[in-house]
Amino acid sequence: MKVPDLPIIHQSIRNLYFHVCMWFGMMILFIISFVYSIKYLRGFNLRNDIYATNFAAVGTFFGILGYSTGAIWANYTWITDQSQSLGSVLKEPKLIGAAISLLIYGAYFVLRGSFTDMDKKARISAVYNIFAFALLFPSIWIIPRLVGSLHPGAPGSDSGNPALNAQNDLDLGMRLIFYPAVIGWTLLGVWISTLKIRLQLIKDKTLINE
Amino acid sequence: MNKIVRSLWLVVCGLLCSSILFAQNTNQETDVMRTSGKIYVVVAVCLTILIGLFVYVFLLDRKISRLEKGKD
Repeated sequence: MKVPDLPIIHQSIRNLYFHVCMWFGMMILFIISFVYSIKYLRGFNLRNDIYATNFAAVGTFFGILGYSTGAIWANYTWITDQSQSLGSVLKEPKLIGAAISLLIYGAYFVLRGSFTDMDKKARISAVYNIFAFALLFPSIWIIPRLVGSLHPGAPGSDSGNPALNAQNDLDLGMRLIFYPAVIGWTLLGVWISTLKIRLQLIKDKTLINE
Repeated sequence: MNKIVRSLWLVVCGLLCSSILFAQNTNQETDVMRTSGKIYVVVAVCLTILIGLFVYVFLLDRKISRLEKGKD
């Protein structure tokens, strides 16, 4: 398939179907998790708590995959001369923001693990999940757009790196694959989460019967 | 407890894998990753995701088998 040949990234623009889709999938899974946390707080049905946790777990996993693929991609596109090390290049607002939000979700699982009482665990972690979701917006959506960065989508990116501007840089063929790819990866994430949810529901059923 | 140790190991292994990738020399002209318009970067990214997903689903599979065994 033909892709537009942009400077610096060249053929590696095809990573769009993998790296970017991971973040789209993560965001959608976190939204689902957020909705189930609110549903839990409305009715205190433990089933909703299980849904919220497992969607957040798979979302975090997608985030970690997105982060590591981003590190690999950056290693071969952002380093422009020999003297630069990856560590110096990776001091980026977008990366730090993404790391913060992933750590906040990591703390969500630590928090859950620290409770022994099921109801208290579910209630406090649902509240924390809503807080974590709210913090996603400043850390990965707003701040990276205010500060100059090598990462596409930041105000300074036109000079350093070609922005993956959906209007200019992605031609019709790429968009034709990109949007279905987002849907596909997201559905894969949803499927894995439902497997985890079913497992958890069965486990809890046996716990209740005992 | 066992679960936590296992997930920690997974994280450590993931970190090791990525450090192998970063340790490649960054000679701009001869580096394999930079030839053919950096297409091998796509291969590396694709493999990372596939291996990550396989490991994740495999661990899930083991959990399910353990549950099945406990039931019988």
